Amino acid sequence: MKSREVMQMYTRELSELVAGRAQPLSLMEVCGTHTVNACRSGVHSLMPAGVRLISGPGCPVCVTAQRYIDALVALGRRGDVTILTYGDMIRVAGAGGSLEIARGEGADVRVVTSTLEGLEIARREPEREMVFAAVGFETTAPATAAAVLQAASEGLRNFSILPAHKLVLPAMRALLDDPGVKIDGFVCPGHVSVIIGAEAYRPIVGEYHRPCVVTGFEALQMMEGVLHLARQIVRGETRLENLYPEAVSAGGNPHAMKLIDRVFVAGTSAWRALGEMPESGLDVREEFAAFDAFRKFNISLGDDHEPRGCICGKVITGRAVPVECRLFGTVCTPVYAVGPCMVSSEGTCQAWFKYRRHEAGLAVRATREAVR
Amino acid sequence: MSGPSPANLLRKRVVLAHGGGGQLTDDLVSELVAPRFANPYLDTLDDAARIPMHGGEMLFTTDSYVVHPLQFPGGDIGRLAISGTVNDLAVCGAIPQFVSLGLIIEEGLELRVLEQILESIASTAREAGVRVVTGDTKVVGKGQGDGLYINTAGVGAMRPGVQLGMARVRPGDVLIVSGPIAEHGLAIMLTREQPNVVRSELASDVAPLGGLIEAALRAGGESVVFMRDPTRGGFAGVASDLASRTGLRLTIDEEAIPIRPATRYAAEILGLDPLSVANEGKVMLVVRPGAMEVVLRALREHPLGKDAAAMGRFERFDDGLCEIVTRVGGRRIIQKPYGEELPRIC
Repeated sequence: MKSREVMQMYTRELSELVAGRAQPLSLMEVCGTHTVNACRSGVHSLMPAGVRLISGPGCPVCVTAQRYIDALVALGRRGDVTILTYGDMIRVAGAGGSLEIARGEGADVRVVTSTLEGLEIARREPEREMVFAAVGFETTAPATAAAVLQAASEGLRNFSILPAHKLVLPAMRALLDDPGVKIDGFVCPGHVSVIIGAEAYRPIVGEYHRPCVVTGFEALQMMEGVLHLARQIVRGETRLENLYPEAVSAGGNPHAMKLIDRVFVAGTSAWRALGEMPESGLDVREEFAAFDAFRKFNISLGDDHEPRGCICGKVITGRAVPVECRLFGTVCTPVYAVGPCMVSSEGTCQAWFKYRRHEAGLAVRATREAVR
Repeated sequence: MSGPSPANLLRKRVVLAHGGGGQLTDDLVSELVAPRFANPYLDTLDDAARIPMHGGEMLFTTDSYVVHPLQFPGGDIGRLAISGTVNDLAVCGAIPQFVSLGLIIEEGLELRVLEQILESIASTAREAGVRVVTGDTKVVGKGQGDGLYINTAGVGAMRPGVQLGMARVRPGDVLIVSGPIAEHGLAIMLTREQPNVVRSELASDVAPLGGLIEAALRAGGESVVFMRDPTRGGFAGVASDLASRTGLRLTIDEEAIPIRPATRYAAEILGLDPLSVANEGKVMLVVRPGAMEVVLRALREHPLGKDAAAMGRFERFDDGLCEIVTRVGGRRIIQKPYGEELPRIC
């Protein structure tokens, strides 16, 4: 069967399931890659009126607190330190500009695609301090951990990380604890689930009574995930389903989890919009303090501040859609981005700007009704 | 929030993205460069300027090449320089004739590499039917360049009777692309980012298109109304530009866009949208519906157009949007890429 026909089958059943419900179903896709793929593949345009797919706090750059960005850019401006970063981070602006702007002014900022590449640079230039901006969820944390372990075993003293890794479960809990956000079920993040395993979402099902479905990134897989959530909700069920068993096991990737645990310990972390949450991030263990740039360079974080008029905080918590922002598409565009959700390729604002700007009016109305 | 806005900071110094070929490049050129030289030949900001000469019309273009690495699967900076220059002329309806060659060489470049690149320039020029008629050579100190930069200029005579322009596009017209997209940009990125990937099937499509374009024009005549080579900004750049500048709705069928599985896969690992990735050996054509079959046949008979396909249609729905019907039947828009992620692709 062609994928268009399969999709039609899914959407037909979905429409029938939700027909006649008083309230639309609010289903959150937690993962930034899901957000982008839903927009790019047109999945959002195929949702029946009774289903709303809302984007969650799954873009690593977007959830990073503003004060971390400030500290990172300030470190880059010192002159004697090279910042190694994944590409998405480079254009996020703090109070004193972005890494990109700092680079234009002479800071040494290099985009790497892996921590291995970062290590290689540190080996090649042993005289220079190399600091890797370690952001991301459980997806990227194992690679950071592996790099720290490798640096430690080699005695690579000029390599360190500025950690801001986040854990996904605390964010989901925080949203459910917030009476202002209505979520009927979760499309669970694919990549993170590969690491932490499908069972990690058990508390969301058990304690919060929300169905969770782990699914892949293809358009059909995502629609299938939404369909399974709708089936559960309509039948009054609350289960954890794994529709992506080819990549996600029940227990996750024990090797990756061990790496994380070897280098990091769960600690209080500052999130954009969600604030400081205990046990929601990863601190470098004392044993590896020499590789923690916060300690190595004696960096303390300043105050948080949102760019004026920016509603990224509301966007990543599902309280608003990008087109509700006054800055969207006018002052704030991917080129002259104000907030991180417009900068990041996984950000909700950028996805809307690229793929959904034209249907803005409609989408705003639908969301205002559903977000109480 | 305190401090200057990011937009203002971006107006203080040049950042890499100013060279990305997207919105920032446009802004730099239209705000800083073009106004200082304003004249009717420049002001259209086309890839080539149309200059009256000896009763006919000449097309004049220039381009610089800073691609890294210098040699890549499917080509090198030399083949790229000749192809890029003649293609800019050919899509405007000219017959490319003469090319200049400016070499800026970094101290330390292996002569063996330089020789290979010059050989490649010579053979590509023969293939394109142009002659290198003037040039210049400069050497800069180690660390002040990156191996080799090339600047070219190209001139060609306008084909008599050919009328191309966005103003001729009208509802019902069909959009054609001459073959599988996104291969140049992805081949470069893959070589750069994943040098350890043993052997990729992916190679740059870089090629001079004069012959292919001539075949299409011969078959379609006046029914070919517009052509553009989708280089930086890729397929999406040209398609969105066509929609917004004609003011018509352009609807694209994603399934009909030719793209090789290896390309799609590479785009996925690198996190790039193949629609926005540069091509260096493809042309996009807008043709009248009645001429679609003959133009497609002519393209497909040429070795560089074997996989040509029609995948879009202009509709009388005056919103200037380019909309794509996705593989699964969903809909979304295509916009001009703003040109950030891929420096030094050409």
